[in-house]
Formats: sequence, C-alpha cells, structure tokens
Amino acid sequence: MNIWSALEPSQLINLSIIVPVIGAALLVFAGKRPNLRETVSIATAVILFTLVLGIADNTFNQVPMATTWVVLLSGLNIAFSVEPLGVLFALVASFLWIITTIYAIGYMRGHHEQNQTRFFCCFALAISTVMAICFSANLLTLFIFYELLTLSTYPLVTHAGNEEAKRGGRVYLGILLTTSIAFLLFAVLGTWVSAQTLEFTPGGVFNDVSSSGLIAVLLVLFCYGIGKAALMPFHRWLPAAMVAPTPVSALLHAVAVVKAGVFSILKIAIYIFGIDNLSEIATTDLMLYIGAATVLLSSFVATTKDNLKARLAYSTVSQLSYIVVGALLASSIAAAGATLHIVTHAFGKITLFFCAGAIMVATHKKNISEMVGLGHKMPLTMIAFAIGALSIIGLPPMAGTWSKWYLLVGALEQDKLIIVAVLTLSSLLNVAYLLPIPIKAFFTPAEPNQQPESWTETQHTPLPSLIAIAVTASACLLLFFFPQPIIDLINLIPGVSTEF
Amino acid sequence: MFAQHFPVLPIVLPLIGAPVCMLLARSQLAWLFATLISGFSFFISIVLLLTTLDQGVLSYALGGWEPPWGIEMRVDVANALVLSVVTGLSTLVLVYAKQSIDKEIDRNQHTLFYTAHLLCLAGLSGILSTGDAFNLFVFLEISSLATYTLVSLASDRRALTAAFRYLVMGTIGATFILIGVGMMYMKTGTLNMLDLAARIAEYDSNRTLNTGLAFILIGVSIKLALFPLHMWLPPAYTHAPSAVSAFLAGTATKVAVYVMVRFIFTIYGAEYVFHEMGMDVILLVLAIVAIFNCSFVATVQSNVKTMLAYSSVAQIGYMILGISLVTSAGLMAGLLHIFNHALMKGALFMAVGAVLFRTGSADIKAYYGLGKRMPLTMAAFTIAGLSIIGVPLTAGFVSKWYLVTAALEQQHWLIAFLILTGSLLAIVYIGRVLEVAYFKEPADPTDTTIKEAPVLMLIPMWILVLANIYFGIDTSLSVSAADAASKWLFQPAADLGAVR
Repeated sequence: MNIWSALEPSQLINLSIIVPVIGAALLVFAGKRPNLRETVSIATAVILFTLVLGIADNTFNQVPMATTWVVLLSGLNIAFSVEPLGVLFALVASFLWIITTIYAIGYMRGHHEQNQTRFFCCFALAISTVMAICFSANLLTLFIFYELLTLSTYPLVTHAGNEEAKRGGRVYLGILLTTSIAFLLFAVLGTWVSAQTLEFTPGGVFNDVSSSGLIAVLLVLFCYGIGKAALMPFHRWLPAAMVAPTPVSALLHAVAVVKAGVFSILKIAIYIFGIDNLSEIATTDLMLYIGAATVLLSSFVATTKDNLKARLAYSTVSQLSYIVVGALLASSIAAAGATLHIVTHAFGKITLFFCAGAIMVATHKKNISEMVGLGHKMPLTMIAFAIGALSIIGLPPMAGTWSKWYLLVGALEQDKLIIVAVLTLSSLLNVAYLLPIPIKAFFTPAEPNQQPESWTETQHTPLPSLIAIAVTASACLLLFFFPQPIIDLINLIPGVSTEF
Repeated sequence: MFAQHFPVLPIVLPLIGAPVCMLLARSQLAWLFATLISGFSFFISIVLLLTTLDQGVLSYALGGWEPPWGIEMRVDVANALVLSVVTGLSTLVLVYAKQSIDKEIDRNQHTLFYTAHLLCLAGLSGILSTGDAFNLFVFLEISSLATYTLVSLASDRRALTAAFRYLVMGTIGATFILIGVGMMYMKTGTLNMLDLAARIAEYDSNRTLNTGLAFILIGVSIKLALFPLHMWLPPAYTHAPSAVSAFLAGTATKVAVYVMVRFIFTIYGAEYVFHEMGMDVILLVLAIVAIFNCSFVATVQSNVKTMLAYSSVAQIGYMILGISLVTSAGLMAGLLHIFNHALMKGALFMAVGAVLFRTGSADIKAYYGLGKRMPLTMAAFTIAGLSIIGVPLTAGFVSKWYLVTAALEQQHWLIAFLILTGSLLAIVYIGRVLEVAYFKEPADPTDTTIKEAPVLMLIPMWILVLANIYFGIDTSLSVSAADAASKWLFQPAADLGAVR
C-alpha cells in the first residue's frame, strides 16, 4: 500500500500538509484553463490520498512518525505526530476529497458557478488544515489549525456573494470564532497552566481528575469551545452555512469541518482527559445529557424542514452529537463506536448531500415537497439517496449499522439506559425524516407538470457527479461487509477497543 | 570609539536633522533626508537592543559629566526594545508618508511635516534613553509639541480643534508630571532615576512622595490615554494626516506606557506603588473598563479612523492590564504587546491612509466594494485586523497568549475570561469593515479613479503585515527581549544601583 516507502516516514506528515497548499498555488496559475485546473485538483487529491495511505501503512507497522515545525512560544511547538485516530480521520477526509473534487467539477460547471478557481483553491487550503488537525501533536497546534480551518472555509460558505450568503457567513464566522476564542482558547490556556503540558498523551495529561473543579470546568469549555461539533445551543452556524454550494456542504459540512469538531472532542477525551478518567469528572454527565438532548431536539427540527439541505443540516447536528455522546460515555467500546461513526456518517451523509446537489443541478428543486415522483425521472440518484438514508438510520446492510451498534453496547455497558432510549428514539426519527423522501419519489406517480417524457437523468445530471454518487453509495454498502481494516485501526487507539 | 556614543545617537541624529530638514526647502529632498536619518537611528537602535540583550545596561554620561550630577543616558533591554519599535515604525511611516501627505497636507508645508516628525522622533528617543527624571519631562515636551504640530498640519480644518484639544490635555498631563517630579526632587534632592530609586527605598511611606506619585501617574495616564482620560485621542487620530496617525498610534502612547513602567518599577519600585498605595486594583479596573468600553464604542463608529483610534485606547488597556498584574509575566506580556501593537496598528492605519489617498474619505461608505478595487490594501487590512483579533499565527495571538497565561498563573480566572471576550468585540469592529469591502457593491461602479494604492505606500504597509505574521510564528526575538526587559525591571531597585 505504501508507494512512498522510499521517503523518511516523518516526511509524509509534512508532505500531506504541504501538498494541498502547493496544489492550491498551482490552481491559481491554471485558473484561466478549466481543464488543466481540474486536472491539477484531482491529481493533488490523489497524491494526498496515497500519502495518507502511506502513513496508515506505517501506523499498522508501528513506525513512529513525528515532526516539529517551529517553537512558537516557550515550551510550545507547532508539532505533528501520528496516532491512529488521526490517521483514520485523515483517510476519510482525503479519500472523500478526491470524490468531492470529481463531483464538484460536474456540479460547478453544471450550475455555472462564478469564481471557480477561488473555490477550488480555498477547498484545497481547507483540506490542508484538516490534515494538520489530524496529525497535530498538541492542543496548541490543534487550536491554531482549527481556527485556520474556520477562516479558510469562510470564502466557501459565502461563495454566492449575495445577501443570504453574507448573512450565513456572518453566523458561521460569528459562532465559530466566538466559541473558539472565548471557550476553546480559554480551555487550552487553562490546561496549559494547570497541567504544564499540552501534548496529547495516551491516558490523559492530568494527574488527578476527580477532585478538581477546574478540570470539570475545562471539560465544559472544551465541549462548547469546539463549536464545530455543533452541540446545542451553538449549532446555528451549521444550518446557516448551507447557503454554500452543495459540494462545500457535502465535504466541509458533512465531512471536514464538522468532523474536525467531533474529532477534536474525541482526541481531547482520549488524549487530554483519558477515557477512563472521564467518569470521575463531575460535569461529564451534564455534557452527556446535553449531547443526548441535541440528538433528539435536532432530529425533531429536521422533521419540520422542507428544504432538503436544511433537513440534512439538522440531521448532521443530530448525528454529530452521537459522537459527542460516544466520547463522553467513558467506555472504550462507546469511544470505538464514536470513532467508527465519524467514518460511516461521513459516507452516508456525503451521499445524501451529493444527491441533493444532483437534484438541484438537474431540476432546480430544493424542497422535499417538490420531489414527489422524482424517482421515475432520476432513479440512480434516488437509489443512492435511499442507500445513504439507510446507512444514516443504521440499518443492515449499511455501514451505519456498526457504529450505532457499538454506541448502544457502550451505553448498555455503562448502564446509561436513558442514552439507550435516546439513541433508539433518534433512529426512529431518522426513519421518519429521511425515508419518506425516496419512498415518495418512487411510489408516487410523477406529477404531470414535471419534466417532459424525453427528459433523462444522465442527460441533465453531470456525469462526474453521478460517478461520485455511485462511489460513496457503494462505499456505504462495502463498509458493512468489510469493516475490518477500519476496526483494526480503531483498536490501535490507546484506551479504545471494540472488545469488551 | 564611535560605538560608545550609540546610546545618545538616536536622540542627537533626529534633533540635528530637524533644522537641516527645514533648510532643505524641497519636499523630495526633505523626505529623503528624514528617511535616511530615521533609518540610521533604527539601525543604531537594533545594535543597542542586541548589545543590551548580550551585556545588560549601557550608561552614557552626557557631555562627560558623571552621573548623578550630569545627565545620564541609560539604555537597558526595556528601552532598547521600545526604541527599536519607535525608530523602526518611524522609518516605515516616513517611506509611506511621501505620497500619503500629498493629498492630506498643503504642498508648502511638507518640509514642516518632516521637521516636526524628526523632532517628535528625537523627543520620543530621548524619553526612552534618558536616566534622568527631569530630562524625561523635557523630552516629553519636545515630542508633545512636535505632535501637536503634526496633528494640526492636516488640511482638514477640524484637525485644528482636535490639535488644540490635544494641546490642552497634553499640557495638563505634562504639568502634572512636572509637579510630581518636583515633589520627588523636594524630598530626595536628586533627579537621577537610580539615585531616586535608592533614596525612595529608604522611605516606607511618605506623604510628599505619595502625592508626587499620584501627580505623575495621572499625568502619564493622560499622555497614554488611559480610560477615562482618553478623550483627546480619538479626534486627534481621526483628523491627523494618516501618516501621523500611523506613527502616533504605534509610538507616542506606547512611549507613555514605558514612562509609566519606568516610574512604577524603576523609580518607586513595584512594592511601594502596588502594596503601599494599592495602585494595582485601580489600574486593573480602569484597564478592563477601557478594553470593554472602547472596543464597544469602536464597533459603532462610522469613521474607520475613529474606530481604529478607539481600538487603540482599548489595546492600551491590555498593556496596563499586564502591568497591573504585578508579576514579571504580566509586565512581560504588557511590554510584548507594545511591540506587537505597533506592528498591527501601524499596518491598519497605513491601509486606512491608502484608502483615504484613493477615495478621499475614511467613512465606512468609502469601503464599499474595495476588496476588488484595492485588493492588496484590503488584504493588508484583513491580516492586520486578524492580528488585532488575536488569531493564531499572528503577533496579536502571541500577546494575548502571554497576557492570559499571566492572569491564569495568578488564578485570576475572571480576568482571563474578560481578556478573551474583549477580543471578541474586535471581531465585530474589524468584521464590519471587511464585510462592506468584500460583499457590498461600490457606490459608484463607473468611477475608475479608485485603484490600488501606489507602491511606495504598499511596501511599508506590507512590511508591517509580514512582520505581524513573522512575529506570530517566530517569537524568539520579541519574546526574549520582552522577557529580559520585564525581569530587568522587576529586580529590586537596590540591585540596579549596584550595577553602576
């Protein structure tokens, strides 16, 4: 798997962060020629994925990889080191970048979007910061690139440049910057002053967590400071950001940005607090129930939304809190479920977003009520939508089954029956707000005023977009039957295990 | 042989240069001459900074009269650091001024501008280098009188009232300082700072000395625009020529902060000021009110220059806050912010000046659609603005980090939280400008006269912008200098005497 074995292993980290930046620079020069520009985009994405594969290969072989960039402040570095959780997230993000790039080429051209070069450029920069977040060796590095991710995605959110985009962008930047500066930076500084280190350490950095009220406060600050995890009441930015072009929504708001949030929470739970210590912290239960409330409430909100992207956005808010709940259950198996949910939800949700975008490009429909009978016209898209929906719900034979399974087992193991009830109820709500869409699309006859007879799906949906949808939908299926490599990787994370 | 005179050169060069500038009747010639003088002073300051970092203090007896009878120039790390900031910024502003003042100052007054600028520089350098309390007052008056002239030079008639207001307030401040110095002299019979320190240390508490200190602190607070004595500053900075605002915002008030540090730490001693007189609480409260009040006022200003002026008052609050923590770490954070703030405010005022140069207005309406028309200027504004907010990898973040850590080390959790939330207001006032620049359409799209600023304005602006990023990543120089300076200031005054 490792075509980069000739390189020094630690160099792979540097390359995986720098390659997208170089790609972005090349994109600027290739801006005048769309075909060349798109080739550069895809080539960069593929190179990045092979790099991450190389890193994953080294991780399985227990090759340590670490690098320090600069000494930023006394005793604090911008430093990177590889650990399995980060590798997993990097694999997902870099793989889906390839697919999204392919999809975006079709979408952006089909939708005649302006400023496509700026779009692909910011896209590449955002991925670079995601890689840096994946491999960050300490909280300071994580914080820095967390902020850069917010800034580099802001031009993507406001891409349309109209009043609505501006408003969405204001909410996006407002909430994410506010929470990160007021809470996250505060928590990082608090950790630094009380633990004298910010290094991610297996088992956590605090000596004694049970007696300290300070650490209890820090946990709350971390959970809310990472606004990208969209824990209520700081979730408003996510629906607001849906004004972005669909590929942005798909990659950044179903995969990169929101997952960077829950990834950070998982990483902090595992490497700053330590999964085993979490149960001793006074505020863990409080945050756990806030997470559970977010799961339910946003599912309810999702059922009321007629705009497809808005419904998916609230669905994302809900699913993210699954991961927060999994991290805070203080059980190794629930943490494994949460980690796995990063992967399975990514594939499921990106499929749904891709479908929403394909429908918009082909028929200019945004609302669910207009999609009745659309299955007859766009069968491929709607089948993919059904697959994605089933995976989000967590029904076999879709990948989502496994993550929800481990989460439930973890909740049962901790005797948190309320959480079990919440997870079950939420799955039912998922059924209620997702499944009617493909069902009505297929089993209701098309309305007469819809597209004419001669209208076909392949003619009006860009081919690259259809290919992308097919890949992610089949991945949802494949990951159900072959989850083993991912589970092996998860079991390498210290303190996290799919075994009892 | 020549090098031994270095401590006095940053004063003597501009002081002699100023009348020469007056004689060079041509604007171009005066510009070149003033820039060279300032640049050479900068070079010497850097040499001084490196020497003091290496060897400690440099003492220079003016005219060969040995201290404490003669006037002593005394350069240590603290003033060498501020001296480098002042001379460096002066040089960049002079380069920038050549074209900037074309629009803002009457043609036949250009030589007067350069003369006054050099006099101001001489005064500021004098305040920084002198080791004599009365001499400090003299230099303070030289710089202040030159500053009033600089402000009133603007062709906008409102500058005259602003300058007059500044003159009245500044003179009250200077008089207070003189009264205070007089009282100290009355009690101790000396004006040399080290002698003063040694003799004041003999008193536990003395009414004359207390009154003297009160006069001095209030006088200096007017000069440094500490809330609520700041009302002269916003009109002065608003109506002054942009080059003057850029220079003053980064230097004049910062030198006054230095004066306060000198009087508190070197002459009276932290013990006396903070424990005997309880000044720390007063300063702390005023600093926090300054941060919040003035940041808030900044968010509602329609004139961007006024907005930046209020932001400056708020930033001074951060410096005073650092001082009021009464720890070496807090003082270090305050000194570091003097350095970093000069970088960001200088760049911001230069960007605003460039806009003024092209559009003839500093009103926020002039910024509509400027993102496309003046991309480099607005990019500079954006990056410097991010630095004010305190986004990672900018100089502003480094200041904020050390300030919050200093507060947390003293267990001042509330203060730390207030510092962070205070910076959220900066997001609002910087964000307002960026939003109209990048999202609004220009008021008159056909107007082709509005284009990118001239190169000679862009170069110094971007040097400062890049310095913001450089000192946000490689902090070794700025932090070690500020650290050494604060340690130096914090040792008891008696030890300082032993050095001589």
